[in-house]
Amino acid sequence: MNSHELLGQLRVTPVDQMGVIDRIARIKSRSIKKEAKLSGLEKVLSMIDLTTLEGADTENKVRQLSYKAMHLHDGYDGLPTVAAICVYPTMIKVAKQTLAGSGVKVASVATYFPSGQADMDVKIAETRYAIEEGADEVDMVISRGKFLEGEYNYVLDEIIGINELCHAHDVRLKVILETGELGSLDEVRRASDIALLANPDFIKTSTGKISQAANMHVTLVMLQAIRDHFDRTGVQVGMKPAGGISDSKSALHYLRMVKEILGEEWLTNEWFRFGASRLANEVLMQIIKQETGSYQAAQYFSKD
Amino acid sequence: MSNEWNLAPAAESTSSAEIKERYELFINGEWQAPSDGNYFETISPASEESLAQVAAAGQKDVDRAFEAANAAFKPWSALPAAERGKYIYRIARMIQERSRELAVVESLDGGKPIRESRDIDVPLAAAHFFYYAGWADKLEYAFPQRDPKPLGVAAQIIPWNFPLLMAAWKIAPALACGNTVVLKPAETTPLTALKLAEIIKDAGLPPGVVNIITGAGETGAMMTAHKIPKKLAFTGSTDVGKMIYKAALQGNKKVTLELGGKAANIIFDDAPIEAAVEGIINGIYFNQGHVCCAGSRLFVQESVYDQVLMKLKRRMDQLVVGDPLDKNTDIGAINSKSQLQTIEEYLEVGRAEGSEIYQPECELPEIGYWCRPTLFTNVAQSNRIAQEEIFGPVLAIQTFRTIEEVIDKANNTPYGLSAGVWTDKGSKIFQLTKAMKAGVVWANTFNKFDPTSPFGGYKESGFGREGGIHGLSAYLDF
Repeated sequence: MNSHELLGQLRVTPVDQMGVIDRIARIKSRSIKKEAKLSGLEKVLSMIDLTTLEGADTENKVRQLSYKAMHLHDGYDGLPTVAAICVYPTMIKVAKQTLAGSGVKVASVATYFPSGQADMDVKIAETRYAIEEGADEVDMVISRGKFLEGEYNYVLDEIIGINELCHAHDVRLKVILETGELGSLDEVRRASDIALLANPDFIKTSTGKISQAANMHVTLVMLQAIRDHFDRTGVQVGMKPAGGISDSKSALHYLRMVKEILGEEWLTNEWFRFGASRLANEVLMQIIKQETGSYQAAQYFSKD
Repeated sequence: MSNEWNLAPAAESTSSAEIKERYELFINGEWQAPSDGNYFETISPASEESLAQVAAAGQKDVDRAFEAANAAFKPWSALPAAERGKYIYRIARMIQERSRELAVVESLDGGKPIRESRDIDVPLAAAHFFYYAGWADKLEYAFPQRDPKPLGVAAQIIPWNFPLLMAAWKIAPALACGNTVVLKPAETTPLTALKLAEIIKDAGLPPGVVNIITGAGETGAMMTAHKIPKKLAFTGSTDVGKMIYKAALQGNKKVTLELGGKAANIIFDDAPIEAAVEGIINGIYFNQGHVCCAGSRLFVQESVYDQVLMKLKRRMDQLVVGDPLDKNTDIGAINSKSQLQTIEEYLEVGRAEGSEIYQPECELPEIGYWCRPTLFTNVAQSNRIAQEEIFGPVLAIQTFRTIEEVIDKANNTPYGLSAGVWTDKGSKIFQLTKAMKAGVVWANTFNKFDPTSPFGGYKESGFGREGGIHGLSAYLDF
């Protein structure tokens, strides 16, 4: 099916903002304690995409972060590694070398991240470069300008193009909607539905490059879209909220939301990720607290 | 790592809730033993254990209570209105200060989940006192040129579904208007009203302004037949309401009745479906369905019926049924054994009428009174489960094709307390709400309460309004 035919299947699904707020409040009122907290926190660690996406990134910086990904806190046995390292394409090689054999994936942003303001050929070329450098996963951005102009075909065509390229090389694709630029939850739902028509591996909230990053509201709307897509097609798509999640309590609320909206099939790092850089140490602190009964100060956790 | 991830038990501590072994009657600012020496037990519906012995008020006690209220009326109504307001504010603040204790006791005695008693019942009770405290010295502005005057003594009888909140609904406006009251909580849930009596005593209210007496239906009948009260206020079943109305007519008393309901919750195909599903859940499974305004009749437009039903069942599977004191419990214990029997009879009726039942496969505790959240499909207007108030977590689902059809069906009931409508289209909301014969119509939400908003019914759901300015006029003479 081409994008015109696919878009023809698109149904407008209204979102009620107050309903979203109420639903979130209900999820946040869940009390996650004791063994549920500990096993939840370990899941959270295993779902983190440890991220550095700065103009100032250097090979050494990426090496250090990669080491952290594999050795979150060696003083504590049995911790998982994070799911992936998320870097710019030029840093893929060094990350791959450092992470070799660890099971930690290397994700690269592409498609003129973060703005996406480039021609399709440029986006394809950059994605191909990322794949050739050895990326396991690609995080693309949608063309928000085109989306806001109502050029949904254009947006979908791009996603289909990048998705085909990635899947031809067994690379998993995450589609960043940059929800902070879309203006309303109705538009977040529409963008999710469009992206889902291409059957990517994940949809993702944000680049982390604008102040309004992930929150539970947009994540809920995106999870609902994923659920509806699964009900209609049987195709499982993952979710990645990114940016702005920095405390372990919120992370557990996100997990609870995934469980209640999508179910336990999604409670693995194959289908759910957190894009975050500070979250890992916060979660580690809580895990140590759960085990030992007392908090340890931040200086006991490595900062990479 | 396994995908499984379940909630661990998270029981609220009961250390804040001090329950005495025995409660007397609160008359004339003092705890007085019942003259006949009779007491009854109040139990926890979740554990079936006795929580306390509670005095059963007889005729002499009822007399004493009304005489105390009558004696207190003159000085109380003569107080500067701002002073009356201060007392009511004090009650509101003390409810907030003791909110954790009140929430725990409410959940213990009534079976409702602590999430609701903590987040809804207790804060709303405080909000009602705050709201009406503000009106106490502004009655002239609420009713300009109408010279509002208090009525005298009010007899107030409240149900077991929102024990503290209903006490607040009744007492706060009565006091703000300068009346004195004799209030009787339901016999299965007297404890939070008695806690409120403690608060009222600690707040230093003049003796006799608020009297709280306990007992069963006989005590209530003595109250409504009594000559002193000028006003009867009742929330409860339609059958009892009819008897009270008769008593009010015979005694020439003012009366407000807030009775049963069988609310229609209407989902159009252009509705925000996810929010609507959540609204259905809140509409019928809130407080185990022991809610007079519960959205117990669901009408879904045929084109989205399959989708709504699938999502609804999936959401029901997420509901946690069990220990009311666990912070993760969504549905607590059914309030009493007799209410559980009533509900179970209706489940049989539904099956016998040929409707299809759905219940999630959640485990229930072995002791206590429990009912799984339930829905019936394949239901028609002519089915009893679509006509009669069940007062439990039981939803009857019907479909419709057009707006005219659904208005017709929704109004086709002896009740008229509340309704809900779900659509993304504003004009449809107004068309429908104007046509609904219901005291409250919620649009794109359900079971939301606020002290500023009047609440009450049409037809067999009663008359008179509580809340807002309307709630004041029920306690004033013009």
